Amino acid sequence: MNSRKRAIVLAAGLVLLAAVPPLAALADQPFYLDLVRRVMIFAIAALSLNLILGYGGMISFGHAAYLGVGAYAVGVLAHYGINNGFLQWALAIGASALVALAIGAVSIRTSGVYFIMITLAFTQMLYYLGISIAEYGGDDGMRLAVKSQFPGLIDLNDATAFYYLVLAILVLALFLGQRLVDSRFGMVIRAAKSNEVRTRSIGFSPYPYRLAAFVIAGAVCGLAGALLVNHTAYLTPEFMNWTRSGELMFMVILGGMASIAGPVLGAFALLLVEDALSGWTQHWQLVLGPLLVLSVLFLRRGLAGLLSGNNE
Amino acid sequence: MNFVLLLEQTLNGLQLGVMLFLMAAGLTLVFGIMNLVNLAHGSLYMVGAYLATYFYQATGSYPLGVLLGLAGTMAVGIAVEVIALRTLYEREHLDQVLATFGLILFFNELAAILWGRAAIYTTLPDYLAGHVELFAGLRYPLYRLVIIAVGLAVACLLWFVVARTRLGMLIRAGASNRAMVAALGVNVRLLYTFVFGFGAALAGLAGLMSGPIHVVQPGMGELILIEVFVVIVIGGIGSIRGALAGALIVGMADTLGRAFVRPMLATVLSTTAADTAGPALASMLIYVLMAIVLALKPQGLFPARS
Repeated sequence: MNSRKRAIVLAAGLVLLAAVPPLAALADQPFYLDLVRRVMIFAIAALSLNLILGYGGMISFGHAAYLGVGAYAVGVLAHYGINNGFLQWALAIGASALVALAIGAVSIRTSGVYFIMITLAFTQMLYYLGISIAEYGGDDGMRLAVKSQFPGLIDLNDATAFYYLVLAILVLALFLGQRLVDSRFGMVIRAAKSNEVRTRSIGFSPYPYRLAAFVIAGAVCGLAGALLVNHTAYLTPEFMNWTRSGELMFMVILGGMASIAGPVLGAFALLLVEDALSGWTQHWQLVLGPLLVLSVLFLRRGLAGLLSGNNE
Repeated sequence: MNFVLLLEQTLNGLQLGVMLFLMAAGLTLVFGIMNLVNLAHGSLYMVGAYLATYFYQATGSYPLGVLLGLAGTMAVGIAVEVIALRTLYEREHLDQVLATFGLILFFNELAAILWGRAAIYTTLPDYLAGHVELFAGLRYPLYRLVIIAVGLAVACLLWFVVARTRLGMLIRAGASNRAMVAALGVNVRLLYTFVFGFGAALAGLAGLMSGPIHVVQPGMGELILIEVFVVIVIGGIGSIRGALAGALIVGMADTLGRAFVRPMLATVLSTTAADTAGPALASMLIYVLMAIVLALKPQGLFPARS
């Protein structure tokens, strides 16, 4: 797909997303506002994963960890009566970045299948940690009684305003993501993915670049976690469940790793299919599972590849 | 610290360790030989537990239930290999992870449809249900001793097959150079299917033995699967020796951690602080252990020769 066609598709998609609240109001179906907002939050998370997975070649099977850390950062501050959104979201981003730094520092030393297993294991560790802290609800999680407060700026209880905030953050993430992968930094990440030996021989040590990308991805996903907990007004360790990490990976692969916007497409495809299937039968996973297997076997370049008529 | 309690927990750790080994051996064999990351290995564990429970109830005979459960899991494993996984051997690990993730969703839901979402409790026949007095003051469940014995026996058998038989020779040769083995006239595809079915049977064995200790329910395989990953990472992937060492280390660390971290913290901290931090620390222990091993030896304790 050439860049002009791509820009048109992207713009059309954004106009469509911006039109969802008035359309949902017109049809008196607020459910769709809710659904699309949730999908966009996951799209931000998937987009951050794509930075390390698609561009960096780091197969992280633990990206849900940062959703959880971001959500807990908001939830824990709210638990102690601190509802200031700037503070909460800053902590969400900062804490996720720190956790990503710790996990990344250990796991990036390894590669291949070790990396997959280690990121998965560390996320599981955080999951068990969430379960074992009774103060923050343990297994059951806790309610977010008051959403993040941005006095004088925006009221997250207003569903439409919250929707447009999420959309704005998504667009910003898309824009910055594109700038990042086109930058010198992004070039090094991509070079290290395609050929580590050559990258070294032209004088770049991949480790610090990879670690930096890992931390950035974690931080962005932490922001998505802060959005998610405000969206659901509830948080549980399930945010960090390993199946969540798997879903995020699927969004990236389904959409296509080759572009910044691919994971957004993937998030919409996966979550809308999930929603449709679960409305149809309670055993929707019986259908979704084989669908996912088939998509891996036959959709080599993801939906973005399918759209551009290039599937090998 | 009470000596009897320590011994009892050590035996529990050994029991968890051999269970993890049965899972890790199959996973590491399949990875080492076919270069396949199989997340659905946990599903085979679940299949084994369900099938053995079902057949035990249907036939009324425990040995028959075990045998049919093992054979059934092997059949399911072979079917999965032939239908879905065979095409994945040449693919990237990423594709393998995602496809087998899809399989997990499928199997969990299938189990929920066939047997319900509620946990099933399985019973033991009378001759396995009792306790054995190991020495004065320590009565240990017979069944757990049987698990330890079976696990160690399987470990010996596995070593014998891989190191001392013609089949094991083919397996080792297939792992190091597939094309050469095929050129020598060995049906590599059949060999792979056999290895996968064998790994499935090991997972099924672990699953059916865990049934009476834990509960049988959809999704039971994934919890142990992630612990098995820790085992493999610690031991070194592709190495059966590493799987055994890693399994025993993780089994011990996890069991002893859960039993003793809280009381040990209570000696230095207040009781409430120990009650809060103890379980959290205990549940994180094996992951911290994994991080330490990785920091020192990124390839695990016993890296496979390749």
